[in-house]
Amino acid sequence: MLLNGKEMHIDCEKSLSELLTDCGYQINTIAVLKNGEVVSKNEIYTLKVTDNDTIEVVSFVGGG
Amino acid sequence: MIDKLIIGGHEFNSRFILGSGKFSLEMTKKVLENSGAEMATIAVRRADSNSSDNIINYIPEGITLLPNTSGARTAEEALKIAMLARELGCGDFVKVEVIRDTKYLLPDNYETIKATELLAKQGFIVMPYMYPDLGAARALVDAGASAIMPLGAPIGSNKGLVTKDFISMIIEEIELPVIVDAGIGRPSQACEAMEMGCAAVMANTAIATAGDPATMASAFKAAIEAGRMAYLSGLGRVLNDRAEASSPLTGFLED
Amino acid sequence: MIKIRETDHMEYMDGMDKTDHQIMSRVLEKTNKYDPSVFKSEDVRNVMFQENIGINGLKVLLSPAAQPYLEDMAFRAKQETAKHFGNTVSMFTPLYIANYCENYCVYCGFNCSNKINRGKLSMSEIESEYRAIAETGLREILLLTGESKTASPVSYIADAVRLAKKYFSTIGIEVYPMNVDEYAAIKEAGADFVSVYQETYDPKRYEEVHLRGHKRVFPYRFNSQERAILGGMRGVSFGSLLGLGDFRKDAFSAGLHAYFIQQKYPWTEISFSLPRLRPFINNAGNNPNDVHETQLLQVMLAYRIFMPFAGITISTRERAGFRDNVVGLCATKISAGVKVGIGGHGNNEQKGDEQFEISDSRSVDEVRKSLIERGLQPVFTDYVRV
Repeated sequence: MLLNGKEMHIDCEKSLSELLTDCGYQINTIAVLKNGEVVSKNEIYTLKVTDNDTIEVVSFVGGG
Repeated sequence: MIDKLIIGGHEFNSRFILGSGKFSLEMTKKVLENSGAEMATIAVRRADSNSSDNIINYIPEGITLLPNTSGARTAEEALKIAMLARELGCGDFVKVEVIRDTKYLLPDNYETIKATELLAKQGFIVMPYMYPDLGAARALVDAGASAIMPLGAPIGSNKGLVTKDFISMIIEEIELPVIVDAGIGRPSQACEAMEMGCAAVMANTAIATAGDPATMASAFKAAIEAGRMAYLSGLGRVLNDRAEASSPLTGFLED
Repeated sequence: MIKIRETDHMEYMDGMDKTDHQIMSRVLEKTNKYDPSVFKSEDVRNVMFQENIGINGLKVLLSPAAQPYLEDMAFRAKQETAKHFGNTVSMFTPLYIANYCENYCVYCGFNCSNKINRGKLSMSEIESEYRAIAETGLREILLLTGESKTASPVSYIADAVRLAKKYFSTIGIEVYPMNVDEYAAIKEAGADFVSVYQETYDPKRYEEVHLRGHKRVFPYRFNSQERAILGGMRGVSFGSLLGLGDFRKDAFSAGLHAYFIQQKYPWTEISFSLPRLRPFINNAGNNPNDVHETQLLQVMLAYRIFMPFAGITISTRERAGFRDNVVGLCATKISAGVKVGIGGHGNNEQKGDEQFEISDSRSVDEVRKSLIERGLQPVFTDYVRV
């Protein structure tokens, strides 16, 4: 799977929140695109990820 | 005197919108405090997994976040970025910014209009950044925009109100708040924009590149307030000489 | 004895298109708040130096305070006219094809209670009028009827327009207000410009002077321009009959009306026409509401400065000396060779009486020569239908 452009593998089925916490993200400060679709806050806890998924994790930064 | 800036039904006392780019996080906080701004733009980017520092922690309570859609090249991308911003929990405001030109970084009005329509339908309070074209501004109104944000000069250029005449037309014809965004380089230019009747001014680079950004933020605050006061009080006349007609133009009247 | 005030003048009658009242409410509200007497010289001087005078500027320039500044206004107006129109002046003639009328407007010579000779030209009579007018060189015509949909139905007007296409490049109509689909039919036939005048924008005064007929319905008349635009018309004209109500407020309303229409439909060509009720001569008291030439010119100049791009037509009711001086200064369009009876240009005998007396009966050629003498350029056609 791809996480923010980096290739990685997952062995067993996980929820998005589990994956992202494992990778060091703070769930309350991020938003997620799974295979190009915006994931709602609640879905982060319920949606499962598989090894074929492309995940983008975003947060706010300074900008004009 | 009660003089509120109203955008999408929300009231603001300050008419200064601060861009939060190009600052250290510590400086963001100081600049925001000095500016008196009640609205600050932020951007959405790929998150860094091991950073606990988040810009949100440096934005004082009570400031309305205005996420932009920077990075979007099409209306659909802008929609996606705005939806992500909404999931990040910052309310319904969005500054639409669609740029398809990496050399001049000019906004693409056509895609911006499409994005505004998509976002307004999704319930966002849409503030589109645009190239000052009256026809496009009218289309943005029809598309459901809550404010119009024409550029004063190329982004980051600090050149001031290069597009002044065209912004004037938009102020004259469009009933939504008109907010000059991009290009404002000095407090005097921000003041001039407010004297013209702009509802607010947005600035970022001018402050971020100043010798002392925090003090420059105070200077902008004062300039924007002065310009607004001047606008509300009605500018006095400018005397200009004119040659008297050799014979009166109205001498033909009989009664 | 005519039964009057049998209907509410703010209520639509059956069969009338109802458009939204946004512009009307704004015009009425702003006019209500407009007090021409509050402005001072200083306000006028300030406005005169603003590039875009806006709605507030119009209020000031129409006020009594601006009257002493007429020469300054004229100077500015002349510059604006030159900027937008160069030294061109369009020439046209109105043609009255019928004078049947179902309205009862107390100030009008055509009103239904007046025992005047009524008439309506047949298509062949209309064509002989067209031929005679076209021979003078004119290419723009304004077709007028009295306001009777029964005597002069939409189909009759459309036929006249279709016939006019053979002789003229620009065709306008000044007839009763129509529904959107009716305007579309007239447009289809070949006309592009619609004039409807509100007469007075004061609903109370309007009610007092429009006792009967479709014209009694204030909002239907008010929204005519909008319906004409929705029907595809290219240009619309605004005006009030100055002197019927408070002329300063009426002039303000008509200006605002045009302003809001232009804002909503920015592709539309906007023009003004400013007929006035002349003050009675030898009237002992000096009525502040009288519209003398000075006041009429003030309104025309104010419009020019307020909307520099708008056309202004100078009425044939004014004397030649006035008309010659306002074209190029603020007016951009002048009629010539005018006959206000029904027929009278061609071989036809006049079939109906005049609506009013004209003050400038000069022929097309006389007006043309006079314009050239003044360094202006008469234009017979500035518009090609594509």
